[in-house]
Amino acid sequence: MKELRDLVVLTRRNLVHIKREPLQLSDVTVQPVLFTLLFVYVFGSGVVLPGGGSYKDFAIAGLLAMNLTTSAMGTAVGLSSDLGSGVIDRFRTLAVWRPAVLVGRSFADVLTAAICSAFVAVTGLLIGWRPEGTLLATLGGFGIFLLFGYALSWGCACLGMISKSAESAQSVGLVILFPLAIVSNALVPTEHMPAALRTIADWNPVSAVTSAARELFSNPNPSASIHAWPMQHPLLAAVLWSVGMIAVFAPLASHLYRRRTTD
Amino acid sequence: MTDLMIEAQGLEKRFGATVALDGIDLEVPAGSILGVLGPNGAGKTTAVRILTTLSLPDAGSARVAGHDVVGEAVEVQRKIGVTAQDATLDELMSGRENLVMIGRLSGLRRTPAAARARELLAQFGLTDAADRLLKTYSGGMRRRLDLAAGLVTRPPVLFLDEPTTGLDPTSRARMWEVIRGLVADGVTLLLTTQYLDEADELADRIVVIDHGRVIAGGTAAELKAQIGGARLEVTLSEPRPDAAAALEEFVAGPVHVSHDGRRLRAPVRSVAGLATTVVRALDGAAITVDDVEVHQPSLDDVFFALTGHPTAPSPDGEETAQAKEVVA
Repeated sequence: MKELRDLVVLTRRNLVHIKREPLQLSDVTVQPVLFTLLFVYVFGSGVVLPGGGSYKDFAIAGLLAMNLTTSAMGTAVGLSSDLGSGVIDRFRTLAVWRPAVLVGRSFADVLTAAICSAFVAVTGLLIGWRPEGTLLATLGGFGIFLLFGYALSWGCACLGMISKSAESAQSVGLVILFPLAIVSNALVPTEHMPAALRTIADWNPVSAVTSAARELFSNPNPSASIHAWPMQHPLLAAVLWSVGMIAVFAPLASHLYRRRTTD
Repeated sequence: MTDLMIEAQGLEKRFGATVALDGIDLEVPAGSILGVLGPNGAGKTTAVRILTTLSLPDAGSARVAGHDVVGEAVEVQRKIGVTAQDATLDELMSGRENLVMIGRLSGLRRTPAAARARELLAQFGLTDAADRLLKTYSGGMRRRLDLAAGLVTRPPVLFLDEPTTGLDPTSRARMWEVIRGLVADGVTLLLTTQYLDEADELADRIVVIDHGRVIAGGTAAELKAQIGGARLEVTLSEPRPDAAAALEEFVAGPVHVSHDGRRLRAPVRSVAGLATTVVRALDGAAITVDDVEVHQPSLDDVFFALTGHPTAPSPDGEETAQAKEVVA
């Protein structure tokens, strides 16, 4: 069971890092609370939802998606700084089960994604957000977010592996993840976006995940009236996107890892 | 023939157009220390990376503790401890957490891993700092912890890549002490260094490498012998034309006299008390001397003689690690 032990040890190592790295810790604790309050009270005062409904109820699913997306950056930064130091070499000379480095990282990411989601959800509940669906459906909504967060962490693992340094991973990550989070239906309805942007937003995996969660939470989901396929079948689209990303990025990450650690 | 714990034949490694290793042979008998000496970029780290399974050779082969480093990498990994040049521990974890993690990853259960960590922290004088995060450690403490990390599983073969580079003299002396202690336990050790005094101090045998090739090898004494014996230098209070003749019986070659006639140099066979004998002889001839020195050739001299370029200076400013015998 060396494989399992290596996996547990390295997962824990990544969790310890998040606890001790103030920036990463704030990414999954302070930032979710802050974003939730800012968006609900600042944006919420100006956004009128097509078909009615409260912005607060609309926004929490979107904020969950946005926070998970932007905090996925930690994966890229963490892995690339590990690769830049000699710590991976140390693991290699200890005959550590090779996939444990990456899989351990991704497991830690799911746990942090869960923490991040909990902060958003609790903040939401405190300010009056209510999921109206059944308990099972609500849990399913969170499940979708965690699945997507897991998929995203494999994408970010690839980014970490091709980055020359933690700083460059951070800046490239920002350029990819922020538009991914924002050009979506997460924070504003897509109806009034310019046509090109709207098409992108409607096919953005973040939109599918957000819509799926809104459906499961029985929260307002204006995107339901949009004809784009993912908006008509958000749950299926969210699962397909996530599974597809894992299918592409997990093998790619392990290939890149092998390449980075072979000379 | 003694058992070889480390043996390499014809190791070659290229990075693009750069030849890092150009056919290196190494042999380290069980229980001995090999010092691999060379300047920056000589190929020391590349050789260590290949021997520790981190890098694959382009040509040649190597066995460590009887296992092939390419075909039986996992078996090799179970037998070795490695202390690399770069920091290979976790900055955001404490010294203790690092050692426990390494123990766990080496296959120890939780309790034995914790016990071993405690033992190593005590052995390396890090007990007080055990629960501080590594990022608060000094350079010397880090190196010691890094070395401790290589010892968690009590491996029979150790690789230390420049264990004292960048350390202050006190930390360096402490590290040497620790390394000597390891060898007393019967560990086989390969140590790379840029510092000749370090190789001289610690190693049983030394190989000198430059541009990816072994250019000389032997004990420190053998290497010194390769560039000739000791050198006598006499400084007179005032020039005396008869001084050279008075030295004849002690020297092993021609006596060279400086322009001002006050300094004389000659190769000698080094014997105990030579400087004193020389002073007495000159005194007997009524020649007064300011200074008499017998220089043992340093490994710097060896390196210069072998490669035509000098090595990097020691960190503590002792560029010449010469054994001096000075008589005022």
